[in-house]
Amino acid sequence: MNLWNSFVEALVSLSANKLRSALTILGIVIGVAAVIAMVSVGRGAQGTITDSIQGIGTNLLFVFSGGLNEEVRNPKPLTLSDARAIADPLSAPSVEAVAPMLQGNGEVSYGGESAVTSINGVTPEYAQVRNMAVAEGEFISEAHILGRASVAVIGVDTADKLFGRKEGLVGETIRIEGQPFRIIGVLASKGGSAFGSQDDVVLTPLSTAQVRLIRRNNRERVDVIFVQAVSPEAVPSATEEIAQILRTRHRTKIGEDDFTVFSQQDFLDTASVITNVLTIFLGGIAAISLLVGGIGIMNIMLVSVTERTREIGLRKALGAHKVDILVQFLTESSVLSLIGGLIGIALGWLIAFIVGRVAAANDAAINPRIGLDVILLATLFSTAVGLFFGLYPANRAASLQPVEALRYE
Amino acid sequence: MEDWVIIANNLTKVYKMGDVEVHALRGLSMKVARGEVVAIMGPSGSGKSTLMNVIGCLDRPTSGEYILDGEPVASLKDDQLATIRNRKVGFIFQSFNLLPRATALANVELPLHYAGGNGKRRERVKAALEAVGLGDRLYHRPNELSGGQQQRVAIARALINEPAIVLADEPTGNLDTKSGKEIMELLLRLNRERGTTLIIVTHAPDIAEQTQRIIRIRDGVVEEAG
Repeated sequence: MNLWNSFVEALVSLSANKLRSALTILGIVIGVAAVIAMVSVGRGAQGTITDSIQGIGTNLLFVFSGGLNEEVRNPKPLTLSDARAIADPLSAPSVEAVAPMLQGNGEVSYGGESAVTSINGVTPEYAQVRNMAVAEGEFISEAHILGRASVAVIGVDTADKLFGRKEGLVGETIRIEGQPFRIIGVLASKGGSAFGSQDDVVLTPLSTAQVRLIRRNNRERVDVIFVQAVSPEAVPSATEEIAQILRTRHRTKIGEDDFTVFSQQDFLDTASVITNVLTIFLGGIAAISLLVGGIGIMNIMLVSVTERTREIGLRKALGAHKVDILVQFLTESSVLSLIGGLIGIALGWLIAFIVGRVAAANDAAINPRIGLDVILLATLFSTAVGLFFGLYPANRAASLQPVEALRYE
Repeated sequence: MEDWVIIANNLTKVYKMGDVEVHALRGLSMKVARGEVVAIMGPSGSGKSTLMNVIGCLDRPTSGEYILDGEPVASLKDDQLATIRNRKVGFIFQSFNLLPRATALANVELPLHYAGGNGKRRERVKAALEAVGLGDRLYHRPNELSGGQQQRVAIARALINEPAIVLADEPTGNLDTKSGKEIMELLLRLNRERGTTLIIVTHAPDIAEQTQRIIRIRDGVVEEAG
């Protein structure tokens, strides 16, 4: 008997019990849909997180003072001279650009409105290193640094809080910690990130911040140095070069670095470990429902074998081999799970799409990613479930003795 | 030397029902010639059904020799027996045993499915149904056919592989007198026209009388071989 015939025959005998078949299929539909929806949403979340980490810069390295994991005694602070040394192309050829930054919080006000936001003292390189662009006006220039100009570039969220609008703000004067600053630019929106909103920020020239806003006991001191490597491949060598320079300058012993170089890739790796676990976890829970669907198939097939004992006996009397009966029942269970799988894919797709829409409506941009691999996997898995759970009932049918099967009432 | 299609020697069959052993056949021997029409009669519990199962290769004897159409089949494996049933035995049951959801055509075609191979199946099936007088009922399902018509479909199915023997178990048992008579006439006509060996298991003396020979079974042995 060829496969097409078996398939048609399976459809005919399944359609004899439409409601029963439909309910069995439903079990698989829910299982497959759950797997696809969960994995897609998980991957969407992963994509969102990855994008937001990549959005903070390109080939970016962060240099902090102090250790990341263990306490370092009396770490020397990073200084502007450190930043200049890292920017030296002779000692650090893998470094493209260097942007030292002073980080602080402060009150910003305009008219009656005021807000507490992060105030960062930066240099012109900051825009390049952090992938920042201005929506209007201009960014902080070398001239502003040299002149310690009282100018500021503000993020759109800050603009919105203070002015209730996001454009036409160049030339306005705001007060930062009570001191007047002229707005020279508004940053283009970058959206939320793993580090909070990048749009709620006020940037001033580093030199201005040093003397007027963020006082440190060491005038040279900076909080973070952002470094851009020349290429993604150059990130490890840039890390090594920066470490060398800082070890020499800070005169630290080997293995006792008083600074930390952390790359964007390290963030990405950490994040993807977490999101992978999340995706597997979600998919695993969904797979349980697929398993339950499989048990449903087994249950129904067992009932079907019992009901059709006489038919099996007759088929055997007419010359059906064991394998013929086996194929017949396996085809039925596989057809059940295959149909369930196909509907489940469509439903899972729909669920993932709706989740994406709901997330977007709630400002959490999750873009569910339905990969071909997931669809293939779900189809294969559901058919395998059908085969596996159909095997026992089919084998039971195939092993019936014709005499007893024919006598069965 | 006569052409025997069935040679059974000293067949025994023992069932175990819990602790009790039931001896259904106790050294039964019989022969059927090719082209013969034979009735097997016997009271219930005589081993008649067991004998029919063994002759039809649905079951194996516990011991003894059984040669069907020149092939010793007493100790074949399940799948080998299935092939023998498919090629050499045609079954006609009291309760017709048609697949309820399949058309007359598909029901008759079923043994050809299991025989494997392709060829002009449809033509053969149609010819077989025409031979039993159902040329105009090819696409009817069993529930759209009368009892007599259903049994005709079953006869067409039994004959489709041109078996060595046709084994009919109370073929008229579920039919009214008129249809029963027609079915018997059809079976006897097919025997005359095609030389099909026909073995009819029955209780009814009027059916048995229409055959050429009556084999009476009692207590697992042949009481009278006609």
